[in-house]
Amino acid sequence: MDFRLGEGSDALRAKARAFLDEHLTPDILERCYLTGTNHDAGFAKALAEAGLLGLDWASELGGAGRDPRELIGLREEMQYRNAPMYAIGTTMTVSHVIALMGTPAQRDEVVSKALRGEIVIALGFTEPENGSDAAAAATRAERSGDGWRINGSKMFTTNAQIADYVFMLARTNPEAPKHRGLTTFLVPLDQPGVEVQEVRTMSGERTNITFYNDVYVDDAWRIGEVDGGWNVMAAAFMHEHTAAFVGEQMRLVEAFEAWAVAATDDDGRPRVEDPAIRERIGRSHAEIEVSLLLQRRAITSGLHNLDGHGRGSMAKLFSTERLEAQADETLELVGADGLRAWGDPTTLQGGEIEYAVRNAKGTTIYAGTSEIQRNIIAQHVLGLPRPY
Amino acid sequence: MDVNPSAEQRQLVDAFAALYADASPPEAVRACEPLGHSPELWRRLLDMGAVEMALPESAGGGGATLLDLALVAEQHGRYVAPAPLVEAQVAARLLAALGEPAADVVGEIHDGRLVTLAVRRPRGDQAQLVPAGAVADAVIVARGEDLVLVETEGRASAVATLGCQPVADVSVAATDRVLASGPAALSAYQTATDEWRVLTAAALTGLAARALEIGVSYVLERKAFDRTLGSFQGVAHPLADRASEVDGSELLVHEAAWAQDEEPARFAELAAMALGFAAETARDTSYYALHFHGGYGFMLEYPIQLYYRRARSWAAVLESPQASFRRVADLRLAAV
Repeated sequence: MDFRLGEGSDALRAKARAFLDEHLTPDILERCYLTGTNHDAGFAKALAEAGLLGLDWASELGGAGRDPRELIGLREEMQYRNAPMYAIGTTMTVSHVIALMGTPAQRDEVVSKALRGEIVIALGFTEPENGSDAAAAATRAERSGDGWRINGSKMFTTNAQIADYVFMLARTNPEAPKHRGLTTFLVPLDQPGVEVQEVRTMSGERTNITFYNDVYVDDAWRIGEVDGGWNVMAAAFMHEHTAAFVGEQMRLVEAFEAWAVAATDDDGRPRVEDPAIRERIGRSHAEIEVSLLLQRRAITSGLHNLDGHGRGSMAKLFSTERLEAQADETLELVGADGLRAWGDPTTLQGGEIEYAVRNAKGTTIYAGTSEIQRNIIAQHVLGLPRPY
Repeated sequence: MDVNPSAEQRQLVDAFAALYADASPPEAVRACEPLGHSPELWRRLLDMGAVEMALPESAGGGGATLLDLALVAEQHGRYVAPAPLVEAQVAARLLAALGEPAADVVGEIHDGRLVTLAVRRPRGDQAQLVPAGAVADAVIVARGEDLVLVETEGRASAVATLGCQPVADVSVAATDRVLASGPAALSAYQTATDEWRVLTAAALTGLAARALEIGVSYVLERKAFDRTLGSFQGVAHPLADRASEVDGSELLVHEAAWAQDEEPARFAELAAMALGFAAETARDTSYYALHFHGGYGFMLEYPIQLYYRRARSWAAVLESPQASFRRVADLRLAAV
């Protein structure tokens, strides 16, 4: 056994740190917060220019062919610094599946631009009437000349307001069983019939509901086989191994510690002497360590098998459920002053504590709710029957 | 990062798993209650060199790393084994670390003498709830600036406990032999208690892993309302949470044990994290594994109750999870 991440990871972490010191300015962080849009075009281009995009893609696909294990330090650093990686992440996931399964024309149009940080692709799976059950998608795509007419709506199309495309799952065969009547399309957003309506969330993050009214999509934008959309989804999210939330936990405990050392109670005693506060600090560090270990293990071992599937779910489930508990308990331990909101001149620690309470809730919902993760673990790790 | 044990470590684990499967099945564990000590299992562990392996080669031992010992302790925990292995290993390593002044005691350990350590400091002249105190020949106690060796004959009174552990209250006398004194001695004692934290955490992790398996196999067998119990989300989901925690606990214990040699600056902190996390994991896993047995789980006849009681006991003779986590904060904030 060896718990070091290795020289490759350490070197990329150091490179990421240097990059973030130079390019992740307070201005960018504040703009991301105020607009609720977790993307900065200049940052994305700089990331590409620094050679930090597509590192783990195979070289024949235009990547650097690095072992995913070598990217662990870089990923952790990006999370910890709250770098605007959300839109970059969805763009790269979709571009990778296009690099693997797309036509030469699609690859020419999309992949090289994605690797240069020049385009944004949003995800369009969830609909107003279905969330975790993505295969229940009701948005229709019907043949029309050399292409398709799309009608329907997609919910939580985050970044659609800045995106070039939405990667959409649409029903092409209503007669077939639900997983077999779906097709994936890359729908250009800048066209008639597309409407993007803003949806604000509790964390301040902006997302959207997007409407598609007779939107014409040339067949050239179909990804994979007709009615083969579920296979494309599987390929796309096989690559999306794990989404543990560790950086959020680290920023919260750092804010909590800094507050506890500086603040005093009514008798003038430092709050950090309170045993309940010390216990919460220690517990948070233990939970951070376990989250890191679960995430690193998921990336290190068995990426592309069911073991890896269940292990990624463990990292996501554990890290987000604990983050939510940390946020709630931290607020309770801080007391009334913890209510002072992000952006208020009297807020504590840059607003990190109040913000954490609003932000944590989303993490146990998006990218697969805790219930979905538990179903995966119950079936694929514990060997239980499909739960319902 | 490589989370897999080496080929040698796998052999070690297999050998101990076979021994425990043979000598510590649930009936044997139950038969040893309430004292919680099986002389037969203990003899077989000694014959296998389970204590001597923990001593450094310079003290005539096997030179096992703490990680090797943690892998063995996990097997120990899986079988809730009624034998004081962790205490005997840690005490032996402490005596070896003291060097010449304790060399004779190390020699006696090679001859099969059972020495344990009081993981907490004495209250007045009594070391309380000393793990293995009821069956040990001698106890190492940290008293003031001294490490003293208390011969237990006539001085240890066994205490019946929730987890049926062979613990005892041990009285310490002014005339007891002082093995070593001063900062170096106390630092060695601190290391020993951190090793005890890691190995107890490993045992609790093994306990939790086995309790989860017992719970899962029960809910796969049992039917209710014409359905397999394990197909209800109300049953499957808490088990899925516990599975994540058991895996997390195992990774954390391994990292803590590994850190003793490879990242010593983090060892004490990781040891405290591991004990707090493993104790909570064992507690919660045995809670659900027993609960999903329904009334059967509450019966003495079913093995899961053996796990439930020990899950709440093994770490508690030193500290609660809350105290372990406060120790993590103490170590971190002191370092700032």
